[in-house]
Amino acid sequence: MALSLRERLITGLIKASGYSAIVFVLLIFYFLLQEGTPALSQVPLGTLFSGRWYPIEDYFGLLPLISGSLVVTIGAGLVAFPLGLGTAIYIAEIAPRWMREILKPLVELLAGLPSVMLGFLGIIVFSPFLRSWLDIPTGLSALTASLLLGFISLPTIVSVAEDALDAVPKAYRDAALAIGATEWQTIWRVTVPAARTGILTAMMLGLGRAIGETMTVMMVAGNAPVLPRGLDIFLSPVRTMTATIAAEMGEVANGSTHYHVLFFVGIVLFLISLSVNVTASIIIFRQGKRAERMLS
Amino acid sequence: MKEAKITIENLTVRYSDGVEPLRNISLTVQRKAITVFFGPAGGGKSTLLRVLNRLNDLTDVASVEGRVLIDDQDILDPKTDVISLRRRVGMVFARPVVLPFSIRGNLTYGLELAGERNRDTLEAAVKRSLKQAALWDEVKDRLDEPAVALSGGQQQRLCLARVLALEPEVILLDEPTSGLDPISTGKVEDSLQELKKKYTIILVPHSVQQAARTADHAAFFLQGELVEHAGGKKIFNTPRDQRTDDYVRGRFG
Amino acid sequence: MKASPASRSRYIWQKVVFSGLTVITLLTVIPIILVVAYILVQGLPAISWEFLTAMPRDGMRDGGIWPALIGTLYLTIGTAIFAVPLGIGAAIYLSEYAPDNRWTRLIRLAIINLAGIPSVVYGLFGLGLFVLFLNFGTSILAGSLTLAIMTLPVIISTAEEALRSVPQAFRVVSISVGGTRWQTIRRIVLPEALPGILTGIILGLERAAGETAPILFTVAAFFLPSLPNSPLDATMALPYHLFVISTQVPHMPVQIQYGTALVLVVFVLVMNLSAATIRSRARARRQW
Repeated sequence: MALSLRERLITGLIKASGYSAIVFVLLIFYFLLQEGTPALSQVPLGTLFSGRWYPIEDYFGLLPLISGSLVVTIGAGLVAFPLGLGTAIYIAEIAPRWMREILKPLVELLAGLPSVMLGFLGIIVFSPFLRSWLDIPTGLSALTASLLLGFISLPTIVSVAEDALDAVPKAYRDAALAIGATEWQTIWRVTVPAARTGILTAMMLGLGRAIGETMTVMMVAGNAPVLPRGLDIFLSPVRTMTATIAAEMGEVANGSTHYHVLFFVGIVLFLISLSVNVTASIIIFRQGKRAERMLS
Repeated sequence: MKEAKITIENLTVRYSDGVEPLRNISLTVQRKAITVFFGPAGGGKSTLLRVLNRLNDLTDVASVEGRVLIDDQDILDPKTDVISLRRRVGMVFARPVVLPFSIRGNLTYGLELAGERNRDTLEAAVKRSLKQAALWDEVKDRLDEPAVALSGGQQQRLCLARVLALEPEVILLDEPTSGLDPISTGKVEDSLQELKKKYTIILVPHSVQQAARTADHAAFFLQGELVEHAGGKKIFNTPRDQRTDDYVRGRFG
Repeated sequence: MKASPASRSRYIWQKVVFSGLTVITLLTVIPIILVVAYILVQGLPAISWEFLTAMPRDGMRDGGIWPALIGTLYLTIGTAIFAVPLGIGAAIYLSEYAPDNRWTRLIRLAIINLAGIPSVVYGLFGLGLFVLFLNFGTSILAGSLTLAIMTLPVIISTAEEALRSVPQAFRVVSISVGGTRWQTIRRIVLPEALPGILTGIILGLERAAGETAPILFTVAAFFLPSLPNSPLDATMALPYHLFVISTQVPHMPVQIQYGTALVLVVFVLVMNLSAATIRSRARARRQW
């Protein structure tokens, strides 16, 4: 094969670009570990997973932060799943063509809005509104954060779920309609189940987005690292892992225990997102293989 | 007796899943004549064409055994310059695929890949190849228009011209008229009769009738096996093998 | 033929459900319009030539947002310099060269992971590697590199999809007339995929420009008296500026906050519009 030197060079660069993704993931993991694991030696494990986060007095319990993230993420899911799935079904199956051309760009617009801007609106408009409307002590709470976060996660869920619904072969729909099913029956009993893997993936990616969101929660979730005592946690201020890192990193001294613990929180976040993504990919890969076997 | 341009010796192709589309094929293809590879689907004809320009390198081939000599050089040798081979052995596909360029751009593409930059050489090639493909009169005023605006028959002749622009030695045609109307088909077949004076042509026809119309030599393929081959129209009138007779008479296929 | 009672109730149910879904979709979409409209309305009074081009005064309660604008511009350019070639290269590899084996699956897994890492974790990573280890300090360089790695997955996936959408037949034809793989890519595949690739780049850079968390510890400065002179300088940036003036500065006039938010919104609108225009023009002019 008489490939010129120039072509071989270009091909090499292209190949290197491809593998760079692996290099970056490893780099990120490495640096997180490097700066985060000292926390394990400087703070006893029991304390690290205790319920009190008060760095000024050397209390580095992560549980309130983890629970804060969980509460807000679950809340976001409760908002985003029904809205997201419903919108996806509407766009993919019910809306006429011209309406799709309006709805899809609008959802894409939401995806582009910076989270800091939504947080800003949250502080200045949304949370005072919630406070007066619901007559609660503070508008900066898990509730506000969940609502905003759910909204921010919507574009992810809507676009992935809509792709999944679109990918269902027309033959399935035609077959159902041919035996007398109504459109809705076809959608609910044939199309949606056929797309369930993609829809599940959409939900997981949406959750992943919610857990990783930083600025909006930092601005509207309040600022109290507390453990939940009941369902009223939704109406009280909480602190997420992401907000903690963002808020406190600017004030810590390099190399201090606080500094290492914040990196450790970063490791926890990294591992959570890793597991969500790996699970989602395994689901996709397995579905792909099953589909191949069915078609061959 | 014209000399052989291509000599195929004991060619066997195996895919990575074990399937053998071609088994122990031995055949010679004469220079400057139209040789027809015909037979029912799955016979291995298209695979054989793709061996001849090493296009099968792109597919999932596990092994290729035997020798394929073009002008006494084994093109299956790993040291072969595949790039220049593909310029010498051009291929027209079943479905006309025009590149997303102008008509002129489609024709100069191959030459530009080879490094040709001289405007006059390129322009001359455009004119020559379009004339050889009997397309010149129809498009000479719109060479800069997108090729995709041409009709199906014109597109296919453009694909033929694209190959001719490189001045190949061998032209492979894989069911070139399967999607075309009878008039366009006729034009292509007429071009081939002209072209065979200069080039070695191998045609996979889309029907036995086309095979009978165009063949100077014919080879019948069945399930990867070369059943028989002969010169002239003998194979269609008095085949040696019963299977050939059955297929030619339409008892199966 | 009159519908039976059973099927009539099915159709009634369908009407109910479809209305419900319409409401849900409206619940999703109307707030988007409201948010954008509200910021446009509230922020417009603040916009003036001075606001856009002057330096901030009086602890940013007065004056303009020019350094933040410039800072975001520099960061976006810096991100593009690193992320675009790398991203397109990786996409070309995945679409045109990569064999179907374990290593390729690993690359795809890595990309999915990069896409899922929280933005603040990127900030930590940028701090650890670029600011501290490589000693770039809080700088445009560190911020751009961090943002670039964060933007990589978006560019790679849209670019790869664009490349794959180019018909395989083109590649076969190009090879059959004696083209090499790179010639085929350079002359046919890449040009035809360019609109899609461009759309991905625009959307990726848009996201990078709007992110705050990754630049918090890698580049962003609260207030700088002068504009940055080199990539090793820190800089202000628009999203960080909005964050600061809406949470950290007492007695900040609401007007300025809305004005800053409006600039961000207009930026997003313009980017999205460009991407959509490129997409629809390309679809109309496509020769396949």
